[in-house]
Amino acid sequence: MAEAQGTYNYTVIRQFSVMAVVWGIVGMLVGVVIAAQLVWPELNFGPYFTFGRLRPLHTNAVIFAFGGCALFATSYYVVQRTCHARLFAGPLAAFTFWGWQLVIVLAAITLPLGMTQGKEYAELEWPIDLLIAVVWISYAVVFFGTIAKRTVSHIYVANWFYGAFILAVALLHIFNSAAIPVSLTKSYSAYAGVQDAMVQWWYGHNAVGFFLTAGFLGMMYYFVPKQAGRPVYSYRLSVVHFWALIFTYMWAGPHHLHYTALPDWTQSVGMVFSLILLAPSWGGMINGIMTLSGAWHKLRDDPILKFLITSLSFYGMSTFEGPMMAIKTVNALSHYTDWTVGHVHSGALGWVAMVSIGSLYYMLPRLFGKPQMHSVKLITVHFWVATIGVVLYIASMWIAGVMQGLMWRAVNPDGTLTYSFVEAVKGSYPFWAIRFLGGLLFLSGMLIMAYNMVRTIVGGERVNAPVLVPAAQHA
Amino acid sequence: MDINDLRSLMTVFSLFTFLGIIWWAYGMKANKRNFDEAAMLPFSEEAVDRAELGLAGDGRVKEGKAS
Repeated sequence: MAEAQGTYNYTVIRQFSVMAVVWGIVGMLVGVVIAAQLVWPELNFGPYFTFGRLRPLHTNAVIFAFGGCALFATSYYVVQRTCHARLFAGPLAAFTFWGWQLVIVLAAITLPLGMTQGKEYAELEWPIDLLIAVVWISYAVVFFGTIAKRTVSHIYVANWFYGAFILAVALLHIFNSAAIPVSLTKSYSAYAGVQDAMVQWWYGHNAVGFFLTAGFLGMMYYFVPKQAGRPVYSYRLSVVHFWALIFTYMWAGPHHLHYTALPDWTQSVGMVFSLILLAPSWGGMINGIMTLSGAWHKLRDDPILKFLITSLSFYGMSTFEGPMMAIKTVNALSHYTDWTVGHVHSGALGWVAMVSIGSLYYMLPRLFGKPQMHSVKLITVHFWVATIGVVLYIASMWIAGVMQGLMWRAVNPDGTLTYSFVEAVKGSYPFWAIRFLGGLLFLSGMLIMAYNMVRTIVGGERVNAPVLVPAAQHA
Repeated sequence: MDINDLRSLMTVFSLFTFLGIIWWAYGMKANKRNFDEAAMLPFSEEAVDRAELGLAGDGRVKEGKAS
């Protein structure tokens, strides 16, 4: 063993990993509650616990609290291990943890109280926005500082994805959140009319592209090769995959505003770039799945690999569906229906949550000095419960969505509408009930994970792995 | 030259930059060795991999570690 140069900073990774599971449960529980409210409207307890106030709480909790903590944890782990360097600026890293938790708690308080900027996925009021900016810039300093002090010559591809995610989210958050405050809890967007809508969806779609895709692709490029025990299928493809995503994602936002006041040419540009995105997305998916080429048997009895590879299958499905839905004529049917909700959850539960869960199962024993999770069998149970949950969720939303789209556009020969809106609502009830069941299954899986995590932590040693001098060929 | 010409040029410039990146990744044979080396980075510290799992140097579970 080469001489140790101190230890890696695992403390902040442990904190973020545990909180990822905790916030996952909270966020998904709120999701199950609002799904139940659609089936049983009596469950709306006003004004604080109505659908309108809980829905942004759900999206913020699952994206920024669950997804965010998973991204912080895995990026801090991967950047240290592939740079052979301890995390830069330890106290600042600790600040990112406590600062991020404070943001989440403030969101959980202000959103039910109805304090909101009304911008999707960017609802939080301006004082919280400022705190997010400070935490995020600290995150960038810690991450890029660690890359700067690396003791190997290459910057591993996973770090490129994490780095792009950190930079792009800083840019998106700061420009989209520009607002004029009128009081501590109320502000108005700095943009007006259709410009405001365009800035919002430039932000919104790139939140999908950089927060919910690039960061999680960073996870894929480290944890899939590690768990499979072999290097990524094609490193050269990963380089092209990275730059293709970077060059195209920024332009796809207008597909959220088809047939609105946005100029037609802008809508068409958004549609074309969304179609182009299919190529890098599938390039990345194939690169991840083909890493298992020649070792497919590992998939049979390794539930962590099952999570990781299934997440890539859902990534492939939703990145095929997305470009299709961005085509204007398809969008004319799908927009504003539950099809969109199904598409989002195919990405959010199938891809984002599953790749995070797989990565967390990889890291947890290592962070607590155990040879493996307390129960590998329970990981398998979690996998199947979660997979059945996702399939029920997205299949019911597809059916409900297409039905709603067809009912809304149906006209009689004299030009009047065939169905009133409430008839489409009535027809959707059975599918909303199936969606509730799918969400409940996915949440149950997270509870199984929490139990497994606690049993793994109990009696574990919090050992920080040593930093070793890299072998000559990497230095 | 108005600003829209510059915007068009920017798009063309981006396209050629991207084509250049593809050539850099796939066209330059000399880079292959570098990329292969970078791909092995996650596997560059097996001793640490064993240490963090609480395993002995030979990969076996240490005394008193069996759960």
